[in-house]
Amino acid sequence: MSTSYAAHADDHHHHGPDPGLLRWVFTTNHKDIGTLYLWFALIMFFVGGFLAMGIRAELFKPGLQLLDPHLFNQFTTMHALIMIFGAIMPAFVGFANWLVPMMVGAPDMALPRLNNWSFWLLPFAFTLLIGTFFLPGGAPAAGWTMYPPLVLQGGANVAFMIFAVHIMGISSIMGAINIIVTILNMRAPGMTLLRMPLFVWTWLITAFLLIAAMPVLAGAVTMLLTDKFFGTSFFNAAGGGDPVMFQHVFWFFGHPEVYILILPAFGIISQIIPTFARKPLFGYESMVYATASIAFISFIVWAHHMFTVGMPLSGELFFMYTTMLIAVPTGVKVFNWIATMWRGSMTFETPMLWAIAFVVLFTIGGFSGLMLAITPVDFQYHDTYFVVAHFHYVLVTGAIFAIIGGVYYWLPKWTGHMYDETLGKWHFWISTISVNVLFFPQHFLGLAGMPRRIPDYAVQFTDWNMVSSIGGFVFGLSQLMFLYIVVQTIRGGEKVTERVWEGAHGLEWTLASPPPYHTFEEPPHVTEAEAHG
Amino acid sequence: MVAAKGGYYIPHGTKWPIMGSIGLFTLLGGFALLLNGNASADWIMIVGAVIIVAMMIGWFGTVIGESESGTYNAQVDLSFRHGMMWFIFSEVLFFAAFFGALFYARIYAVPWLAGEGAGGFATGPWLWPGFEGTWPTNGPGDVGGAFDIIPAFGIPFINTIILVSSGGTVTLAHWALKKNERGKLCWWLFATVALGLVFLALQGYEFAHAYADLNLTLGSGVYGSTFFMLTGFHGLHVTIGAIMLLVMLLRSMKGHFTPEHHFAFEAAAWYWHFVDVVWIGLFIFVYWL
Repeated sequence: MSTSYAAHADDHHHHGPDPGLLRWVFTTNHKDIGTLYLWFALIMFFVGGFLAMGIRAELFKPGLQLLDPHLFNQFTTMHALIMIFGAIMPAFVGFANWLVPMMVGAPDMALPRLNNWSFWLLPFAFTLLIGTFFLPGGAPAAGWTMYPPLVLQGGANVAFMIFAVHIMGISSIMGAINIIVTILNMRAPGMTLLRMPLFVWTWLITAFLLIAAMPVLAGAVTMLLTDKFFGTSFFNAAGGGDPVMFQHVFWFFGHPEVYILILPAFGIISQIIPTFARKPLFGYESMVYATASIAFISFIVWAHHMFTVGMPLSGELFFMYTTMLIAVPTGVKVFNWIATMWRGSMTFETPMLWAIAFVVLFTIGGFSGLMLAITPVDFQYHDTYFVVAHFHYVLVTGAIFAIIGGVYYWLPKWTGHMYDETLGKWHFWISTISVNVLFFPQHFLGLAGMPRRIPDYAVQFTDWNMVSSIGGFVFGLSQLMFLYIVVQTIRGGEKVTERVWEGAHGLEWTLASPPPYHTFEEPPHVTEAEAHG
Repeated sequence: MVAAKGGYYIPHGTKWPIMGSIGLFTLLGGFALLLNGNASADWIMIVGAVIIVAMMIGWFGTVIGESESGTYNAQVDLSFRHGMMWFIFSEVLFFAAFFGALFYARIYAVPWLAGEGAGGFATGPWLWPGFEGTWPTNGPGDVGGAFDIIPAFGIPFINTIILVSSGGTVTLAHWALKKNERGKLCWWLFATVALGLVFLALQGYEFAHAYADLNLTLGSGVYGSTFFMLTGFHGLHVTIGAIMLLVMLLRSMKGHFTPEHHFAFEAAAWYWHFVDVVWIGLFIFVYWL
């Protein structure tokens, strides 16, 4: 905020996008790049969803039906990698690209060329990764966590997977640097840190987590590469290394990664709920501090993924207590969302329905996480379907629900058209009922002892697996409705006003719908009233 | 000149990133093919590397041209500074992964293999009777065969002096730049690059010596793994830093930079200090202790 500026690009006299498809390849515009990220994420969501359908079809009944065990393992591994790195993370970066400059009153992202590269690395990374399905021996099949020694037995796919992860990491780090710099250096006059929308705050902290965590993942997979191809002994006990060491390095990345996947969701929900409760967000500052606390604690909980692997008792206890500590700031957030709704003038448009479902269902995922945090209890739950149920509640009814809710919330702003409210509500109710049919029974299966990542199971698990699969098919199919609604809204529909929603506050709602190609070339002056409502 | 145009510069369209993506895809895809035994994959890698080098020359060339023509105002300059700072932070964390591996191996993995902890019920001594668990080690399996290590107070100590001195010379170059003393700037930069190259030459000699005479290789168990991974990646970063400083030297000789406006120089200097600090960590924890 060192200088005032009258932002204006010097080298172009035209103000709209270039004609032709190559515009999308060469673009430096944050709105274009945001759109690219969001479409990429949606495509990957359907690719990963197709793999999930295969998994649920195989598990519909005991015995081996559709997928041989090796292919089943490829499906589970690739489903996770694609959904995490291809769908959820790019979707959030897409939101950040579209919204952060508009929310802080900046003319664009701080480093527009770098922004283009951050996106255009992803299709290449996923070509390397998904291409492994067509290699002899198939795709990676040792789980997305890539534990050695199993992963090193993977054949031709190993090097491709590792390099794909490297490229995704470069993309994430550069994208995160751009977001941090935009937030810290590009805010309009009057947009003080504590006036920023909570979505911007959560992304500031998420970007920090990305820059700190992704290089550690790069280091971990580099050690896998050298162990397999260059004779090192990092994870080989005969040479003085330790396979457990990989798990420590991996989860030092992996746990902050969990919060990378959920903090922007917290941000989206914190924008939606005040709008439809027609009240300012309850406890704004405590939300900021809670987010920062979660980010800090996320670096000292990693070994709760490894309670059964063999650790000193002091380690088991330390990681149990720190993990439980995360429930405190998370509880602050859930409390604040509920308190925001308390005595609000609530209406239940589609985005609000997704947000309320998020609060309820994400909290269920949080509670099962607390159960898993208890070390002796985790000895029973570890690697069962209970864990699968837990992280799908936080990632599907958490992250994905926030993304879908956020799309319904901002799509009218982005396109200038209102989506079909009736269809949106149908999409919500079918998804929310089916997702619980899909994942809730997996708690029972896990508690009863069904292991995860297994294509076959004992007959007593049949009934709940059938229920779960039916829920899965309905949930999967209902997402086609989402695609239909989005395309329909882009192509036309009722025109919306600048503000779109009666109770919406923030700079993005002062712009036209859809916003012009370049916005805030003259920085706005931000008042307390517009910032917090 | 800088302030004259006023606004925050936003480029309109760029072809360099997609070229970088294609280059990186070709390079790493080729590397993966090579690792899987594809005979002609080295050519694919070379093509990829050439594309990346061309992209970097083009991209940095564009930015240097824009900078010298006064396109960037103070706020753009600050964006670059923030960006470089966070990039270096990410590099710190990359090294942290390998330092973490080193510490984990020394503090936990190796002593546990020798039976420490676990209240006398450790499986290590049953699997590997006679393994002492002292450092350095190539593990109970004697992976890679017996080896000798490089003592800290030989070439590594000389290298420490060289690299720390080069941190001083680059600062002297910076002071000269701020006083607009072009001659001194170029000479101190030249001295910095020269010290960097001497460091790399000594490191190269040491690696050759380790492989040829000491039987210390990347395959020498966990000691060789951590030793070469840390020093090797550090050497790569010194190489990158030296290339950056060399570019700064050439630009200084061409008359680029002003006492007020020289972000690229400072970025290269920060990077150089970063590789310096990593080296001090290496000297203490890899060579000395």
